[in-house]
Amino acid sequence: MIYVTLAFLLWAAAWALNVRLANGPHAETRTIRLAVPVLFGLTLLIMWELIVRGLNVPLVILPAPTQIAATFAEQTDILWRDFVQTFIKGALSGYFIGCGAAFLTALLVDRFDFLRQGLLPVGNFVAALPIVGTAPILVMWFGFDWQSKAAVVVVMVFFPMLINTVTGLRETSAMQRDLMHTYGASPWQSLLKLRLPAAMPFIFNGLKISTTLALIGAIVAEFFGSPIVGMGFRISTSVGQLALDMVWAEITVAALAGSLFYGAVALIEKAVTFWHPSQRA
Amino acid sequence: MAHVRTAGPVLVVVAAIFAIWYVAVIPMNIKDAITQAERAGATVSPEGAQARRDMSAIGLAVRNTAVIPATYALDRPRLPAPHQIAAELWDTTIDKKITSKRSLVFHGWVTLSATLLGFAIGTAAGILLAVGIVHSRAMDMSVMPWAIASQTIPILAIAPMVIVVLNSIGVQGLIPKAIISAYLSFFPVVVGMVKGLRTPDAMQMDLLRTYNANRNQTFWRLRLPASLPFLFASLKIAVAAALVGTIVAELPAGGGRGLGGRMLTGSYYGQMIQIWSALVMAALLAAGLVFLISLIERISLRRLGLAS
Repeated sequence: MIYVTLAFLLWAAAWALNVRLANGPHAETRTIRLAVPVLFGLTLLIMWELIVRGLNVPLVILPAPTQIAATFAEQTDILWRDFVQTFIKGALSGYFIGCGAAFLTALLVDRFDFLRQGLLPVGNFVAALPIVGTAPILVMWFGFDWQSKAAVVVVMVFFPMLINTVTGLRETSAMQRDLMHTYGASPWQSLLKLRLPAAMPFIFNGLKISTTLALIGAIVAEFFGSPIVGMGFRISTSVGQLALDMVWAEITVAALAGSLFYGAVALIEKAVTFWHPSQRA
Repeated sequence: MAHVRTAGPVLVVVAAIFAIWYVAVIPMNIKDAITQAERAGATVSPEGAQARRDMSAIGLAVRNTAVIPATYALDRPRLPAPHQIAAELWDTTIDKKITSKRSLVFHGWVTLSATLLGFAIGTAAGILLAVGIVHSRAMDMSVMPWAIASQTIPILAIAPMVIVVLNSIGVQGLIPKAIISAYLSFFPVVVGMVKGLRTPDAMQMDLLRTYNANRNQTFWRLRLPASLPFLFASLKIAVAAALVGTIVAELPAGGGRGLGGRMLTGSYYGQMIQIWSALVMAALLAAGLVFLISLIERISLRRLGLAS
């Protein structure tokens, strides 16, 4: 019981500190802006640990963070192999193929007005559908290994990326396009020097949405069949064995991979679209 | 007039997709069709599955034109033709009693009810948290970065665990699936709603201050109406996410119930037609839900005078 009381005392203390920090005179400084969410996250983590210990929650319902960390440290080789199988082979290759194909299709769609009027409503419609549902079909066609996972990822990222790129390519104003015209620029030059740079914020928006979709697609596709390695495979079999510490360790890997992937794309975006108002603040 | 002009290209694209589909059925199914025809005693070239194994599907189709019609009528095709899926849909929705375990209406309802429950919980919780965030600086600074970061994480991966853990403490059926779809629809609503509640600019807030409006009045008269366009935009994302959540949650929830369950049993037994019809049903549900929300959006925004 002591642990549980301690947990709530800690909560009250940390929250009081956060309220003071957030309403204090230095609330706008970088350190405070970083410290407040970190403190909040740490408090939740420690409360989780204390409550699990205090109430003796069995491992098969909720393992404590320290147990998860221990499993994570012990099983790094398995976690690494799963990561390579699911993320590097499945998600990443599918991401590049899907986004690349969508980008090329978008150039084509942009060139022909007919395609834009016909393909874009269809693309918008498909983007709202539960595309993960194609996973069982693609697993049957491409087999259990990473190729089928990459295929699922391709289908999942294609339409969001297509729609964003097409929208971005139409971002330039008539005045800007006229200027290119007076320079005697060919359509190709006008695309490379004006419309593609102007489309970059939209393209990166699509790329960022696709990072999360890629991981989800690769993991969920493994629920429909996989070789005996991979994050989705490990999650579903460890759940079956009630080895929840392993499941949580795998989820930690997924969370880290997801946010690092997103962060990497966001960094590239920062370098490419340095001129955009949203990046200059 | 505008509708007529935009409908033409869309129809052409859709027709092209169906045409490609019908052509693709031939090479996808030709091997199985030839094997079946050979078993039935027809002459095929080359004879014997061994000889055909390394041949390309198109080459086989060219040498066995007589078998091509059979590729559209296989019981277990690798790629079912659209009319086979339509027939299966008709069979499992109209011809079966809706209480039957083989009725897609039954499975669709299992999925839809969990989705709607989860969506309602997730939306309500999301709006509440957003209201808290807008009114408390501490909450804003502590929670908001996590809410945004959580969108980069494949949350769906926890679905099997949540199902099994809740199952082991005796919670079964609708609730575990609803929790997952609530969780998935929660974050888009929080992020969109916070943005929406913050749209009133300094001038509008000042005006309400000169009216001597208190926090409560400011919220109901200004912030909430101003946030509605953002709320509806995120509701559309949230309801699609909720449906995906329910379908994935139905994979380990087992029993083969719901559209996710249909897909999983279909993939165990190689029943492509069953998977495709469940997929079409899921697509119809998603489209219907998004359509419903945009309908409510249009009506309520018009009554508020926010849209013409």
